[in-house]
Amino acid sequence: MKRRPFLKLAAALAVASATATAGANAADTVRIGAVAPKTGPLAGGAAVTHWPSIQLWVAQVNADGGLMVDGEKMMIELIEYDDQTNPGETIKAVQRLATQDDAHFIIAPYGTGLNIAAAPIFARYGYPQIAVSAITDQQADLSSKFPNMFFTLGTTSAFSEDAVQILTDMREAGQLGNKIAMVNVADAFGIELATVAREKFLEAGFELVYDTSYPLGTQDLSPVVKAAKAAEPDAFVAWSYPPDTFALTEQAIIEDLDVAAFYTAVATPFPAYGDRFGAAANGNLGAGGVNPDSEAFQAYAAAHKEVTGSAPDSWASATTFASLQILQQAIEAVGLDREAVSAYLKDNTFDTVLGPMTFGEHNSNAAFWTVGQWQDGVFRGVAARERDGVAEVQLKDGWATSN
Amino acid sequence: MDILITGLLLGGTYALIAMGLNLQYGVARIMNLANGEVLVVGGFVAFWLYTAGQTSPLLTIFLVAPAAFALNWLIYRIMLQPLVTRARTRGQLETDSILATFGLSFIGVGLMLAVFGGDYFSYSFLAVPVELFGDTYAANRVASFIAAVVICGALYLWLNRTRAGLSIRAIATAPGSARLVGIDVKHLAALAFALGGAVTATGGALISTYLTLDASTGVVFTLKALIIVIMGGVGDVRGTIIAALLLGIVETAVASLIDPGLTLAAAYILFLGILLFRPQGLFGKMQT
Repeated sequence: MKRRPFLKLAAALAVASATATAGANAADTVRIGAVAPKTGPLAGGAAVTHWPSIQLWVAQVNADGGLMVDGEKMMIELIEYDDQTNPGETIKAVQRLATQDDAHFIIAPYGTGLNIAAAPIFARYGYPQIAVSAITDQQADLSSKFPNMFFTLGTTSAFSEDAVQILTDMREAGQLGNKIAMVNVADAFGIELATVAREKFLEAGFELVYDTSYPLGTQDLSPVVKAAKAAEPDAFVAWSYPPDTFALTEQAIIEDLDVAAFYTAVATPFPAYGDRFGAAANGNLGAGGVNPDSEAFQAYAAAHKEVTGSAPDSWASATTFASLQILQQAIEAVGLDREAVSAYLKDNTFDTVLGPMTFGEHNSNAAFWTVGQWQDGVFRGVAARERDGVAEVQLKDGWATSN
Repeated sequence: MDILITGLLLGGTYALIAMGLNLQYGVARIMNLANGEVLVVGGFVAFWLYTAGQTSPLLTIFLVAPAAFALNWLIYRIMLQPLVTRARTRGQLETDSILATFGLSFIGVGLMLAVFGGDYFSYSFLAVPVELFGDTYAANRVASFIAAVVICGALYLWLNRTRAGLSIRAIATAPGSARLVGIDVKHLAALAFALGGAVTATGGALISTYLTLDASTGVVFTLKALIIVIMGGVGDVRGTIIAALLLGIVETAVASLIDPGLTLAAAYILFLGILLFRPQGLFGKMQT
């Protein structure tokens, strides 16, 4: 076995990081750690939603002279790690940030699975974990096990229920028939959403004329869309992930799937979705949403574009930024004491890009967007829990590629 | 009929993914695990030229192919040639090249992240329906199927009708003896490797018209290519084509007739079946 080179490499890395840490300790900075995918299956989503908002926040705070800690401005030093979308790596990186890099605070990872995987480590080292893209129904359980874990983006049930509610309202208004074609990606979030939705659809008296799942990474979804079309549904609902959200929409255009409501889940609010499908995306529903008319969001979107070179998505991007604003306000109120910050998070209301945010029962933020819709090139929130600026739902009117 | 055509179109995609690896593994004896990254780069160039200048991906491939050829030739000459020279046995070369190209795939992902970030690159090209035998299909898939037929056909003719092609096949069959009859193995192996890279990158450019790619998706395509090449038989163009089409049709049939959730299972059952009953692949020859 050729072990030697690896040992040497490991030793070199250890020395390098030790010197780096020593250097960091010397300077008068607040060390903020960030662990999320830069490679692996979730990297595409993190590159849109997660990393740019962190970059923007650090740039803005530092341009302002830094964080106000105990009456003194301290610059932020950001320490980034790529977890390769691998929970084992997330855990290692968080541990490393806590023990080697001596980070003052750690930004929550990206994705439900990775957040849950890292929660025990955050708890063990006493770091508050303000999770964003961790949508789950296990918030009660998680927050009782890990009292410093906070949730901002909502629950799986809320997303499913509100989508079902929108279709129910449309049916009551006589805009929609009773037949639903539903598909889901056979992966955690997709399965969870579909399970809740299936029950809710049947409760609401809908008929599921097509109901199936497809594996993650399926390269040809045309059989799925063809079969859905053959079932002659009035609405098409897909609990999908980014690449399949794009593929299903494209197939629906090609097959001219004639439905009054078309819903795809993750990545529908991505700017790339609107850019790619243009006018054909008009009327498409998706998970998420924002109030694009709010001044705070517009200012955020403009700064996002200026600093990172790309537009934010119309869902979790702003929430990611809000989670950092919350962290900032808590630090500026009580200083670098992590226990005090966690306690402060539980008892206060924060002023964010999305409006006021509070952590109530189960450390959950109760105000969030659940369903949005592409309306004339803008993705608008059409359903929300306790948020203002909800837009009217429009009927899907064909797949015209020009307005 | 619908299933057959949809399956053939998907099979064409798979042939594009796997053909390059077949040339690289079958002839140059390099199990190139960075194959998928080359494909994604091809897709990125197509995306970039399309969004920046509305250049049709069908034209982009004429730029991508020579560039990828040159790049892969350099990779072979600089990085892989020393491995070939020092390897005493075929097994050793395989181990070394797997390790080397595995590393290369990480470098590829890193470079792509640095150059164009981790965002999805997706665009709409020829996303219009075409009607064939009464059913509708996506024009971009049909276009890439036609391109796949042209590329595979040209490769097949070239390998069977020209001197250089026959020499390459000679290397694939008996690398040791090929040298004895005056074939410049070193030169032709580099050529085959570079050609494989060019085919893969071209495939990537075509595939990007209907699949959403990002910097880290390469490994998915490497795995698919590996399965198809092994099913078809290493070093045989016909085998790869047949295996790719078979896989496409089986997956589509299962998705349409049984359940889309079972496509992966069906693909692996097919793979297992072939490994059990014809371990050398459909068209492969038994090692003597």
